[in-house]
Amino acid sequence: MSNQLIFKGTEDYIVSDDLRNSVNISVALSRPLLIKGEPGTGKTVLAESVARSLGLKLIVWNIKSTTKAQDGLYVYDTVQRLYDSQFGDHDVSDIKRYIKLGKLGEAFTSEERVVLLIDEIDKADLEFPNDLLWELDVMNFYIPETGETISAKHRPIVIITSNAEKELPDAFLRRCVFHYIDFPNEEMMEEIVYVHFPDIQKKLLHEALKAFYWLRSIPGLQKKPSTSELLDWVQALAVGGIAPENITKELPFLGTLLKKNQDFDLTLRQLHSRGMDGREREKDKYFRSVMRGY
Amino acid sequence: MYTNFFYQLRQEGIPVSITEWMTLMEALYAGLANSSLSGFYYLARAILIKSESHYDQYDLAFQKYFQGVETPQALVDQVSKWLENPLPPKMFSEEERNALLEKLGLPDWESLKAALAERLRTQDSPHHGGNKWIGTGGTSPFGHSGFHPGGIRIGGKSYGQSAVKVAAERNYRSYRRDETLGVRQFEIALRGLRQFSTRVGGAKTELDLEGTIDETCRNAGKLKLVWTRPRKNAVKVIVFMDSGGSMYRYADICSQLFTAVHNASHFKDLQFYYFHNCIYDYLYLDAACDSRRTIKTQDLMSNLDSDYKAILVGDAAMAPSELLMVDGNIFWDMSNDEPGITWLKRLARKFPYNAWLNPIPKAQWNWTYGRQTINAIREIFPMYELTLEGLDQAIKKLMVRK
Repeated sequence: MSNQLIFKGTEDYIVSDDLRNSVNISVALSRPLLIKGEPGTGKTVLAESVARSLGLKLIVWNIKSTTKAQDGLYVYDTVQRLYDSQFGDHDVSDIKRYIKLGKLGEAFTSEERVVLLIDEIDKADLEFPNDLLWELDVMNFYIPETGETISAKHRPIVIITSNAEKELPDAFLRRCVFHYIDFPNEEMMEEIVYVHFPDIQKKLLHEALKAFYWLRSIPGLQKKPSTSELLDWVQALAVGGIAPENITKELPFLGTLLKKNQDFDLTLRQLHSRGMDGREREKDKYFRSVMRGY
Repeated sequence: MYTNFFYQLRQEGIPVSITEWMTLMEALYAGLANSSLSGFYYLARAILIKSESHYDQYDLAFQKYFQGVETPQALVDQVSKWLENPLPPKMFSEEERNALLEKLGLPDWESLKAALAERLRTQDSPHHGGNKWIGTGGTSPFGHSGFHPGGIRIGGKSYGQSAVKVAAERNYRSYRRDETLGVRQFEIALRGLRQFSTRVGGAKTELDLEGTIDETCRNAGKLKLVWTRPRKNAVKVIVFMDSGGSMYRYADICSQLFTAVHNASHFKDLQFYYFHNCIYDYLYLDAACDSRRTIKTQDLMSNLDSDYKAILVGDAAMAPSELLMVDGNIFWDMSNDEPGITWLKRLARKFPYNAWLNPIPKAQWNWTYGRQTINAIREIFPMYELTLEGLDQAIKKLMVRK
């Protein structure tokens, strides 16, 4: 515990207490930290912030749907070797030359402790996380082609993000420390916006946040606007010189917040019905149910 | 220690394993809970809970187990005079903490509660810096500004927000899997419906690397390319949706499911039909159940293969006559020669991979309006609630023959 690294957050990344706790727990127990949360809650940026705060190098492994666990360990470039054997002048008996370490291998062989971000692990095949269990547990792997074992010189701090597109296997989950990033509340969001736009007008931001959270609370929205959309919107409002008192009434530049047609219609109807009396609202409700086709 | 908490969690339906429990113990011995209840709350949650959909159950279990741990105000008043003029907060170093931990161990909560009750009865004056009585700056399990590995803080400055209060707020209620959520969650659940196959027809457009290397080696190192068909999802889906009448009140959730199914681009084929209350000779092509836009149920069954996965969505609640009688159709102009139940049985035979999703909560199936027809239909189709969990179960069912 005495030589322990403690994550405290960085200036440009607002971190909640419980998220900071989770990071420290995972560092202290040296178990991978699995981060889930709505898009735009800063899952990926967290790793950058952790690396900077602890003064460590960050290695990013971006997962795609075609990524295999093996790619993270090493790749044996057989084609290059074959090519060299026919046309090249290299010595092809040295297989080591054709072993290229992946991101995980890179993290293991690094001379100093690193932060390894495995980004969007749920994009890969279902078996992917299970294929990495052993390597993440004991922090070494074996290369049969050269008879070498690559062991971690320093146990990397592993941060894994997931968009919950797939369920992760239980055996994998059991070994992780898990944290779900909540969508920030209004006060925290205010801080976040200030970090990005330090000299924004207070009144404007206040009204924009009010409208933003009202929008998110509309039931049935297919894609709720997230932090990054809010930031775009606030910038648009500031550049467009919109008067703060008109923001909640007119919702200008709505297109920066909502990306789906149905959401657009739904919001406009809600906005419209906020100003109606009871009877009209009933009529509107009926109209909507007919429109939906039920 | 806290072992009962482990069982409390499992009782709430959280799949906590021994591995995770041992990790928590390890973390507690490393002092990661900061000797505070809120520290424990977040620590145990981070280690034991692996999905936000279990956060609410965790909160409930936590509340049940630790209820009354927070010092009630009356108790604080009673004890507060013993705690007047406290010692300055004593900072224990890491070594001292560990030594204490070794010496004292971690008490279990029940005996701790009993001990506190006993102290309250017998203590009559302030005690500071000691190790038994309620006081400050010492290593007794009770009091504040001191250290005890598993003690109860009474008065003094708290660390962070009160954990029991956080748990009681139940902020994660809406993430539960047995509540219905939204389009995105449905979409994710529907992704379970897949079966990859390279046998599906189509051009061989993908380079088979393994095969190519193999063939090239056989060919004495001269390159020979091998092509293969891409892996594709072979799952075909047919959806029958009840529309209108008693389904009005479930329109929102049905439209969410509708959107999710249509967004799911990974099916080999997707067909959508509507019915009103029960399926008879004709199926409707749109949700308005327009009698001019229909298809004969018989034609549909003879045109499609049996490997379609059939999902029926409806409340299955209707007058028994609509299900069991000839001419039971609620539309008077659409007579039927055979009762609805015959058609349902026929469908179930034709599409052996089938499931029925019911928006009425399962707990009500046995007493709500339409319980007779619900139970009759349950004998034909396996029925699940139209919630995320129900959909998950239904999808598992759809992947295997009954």
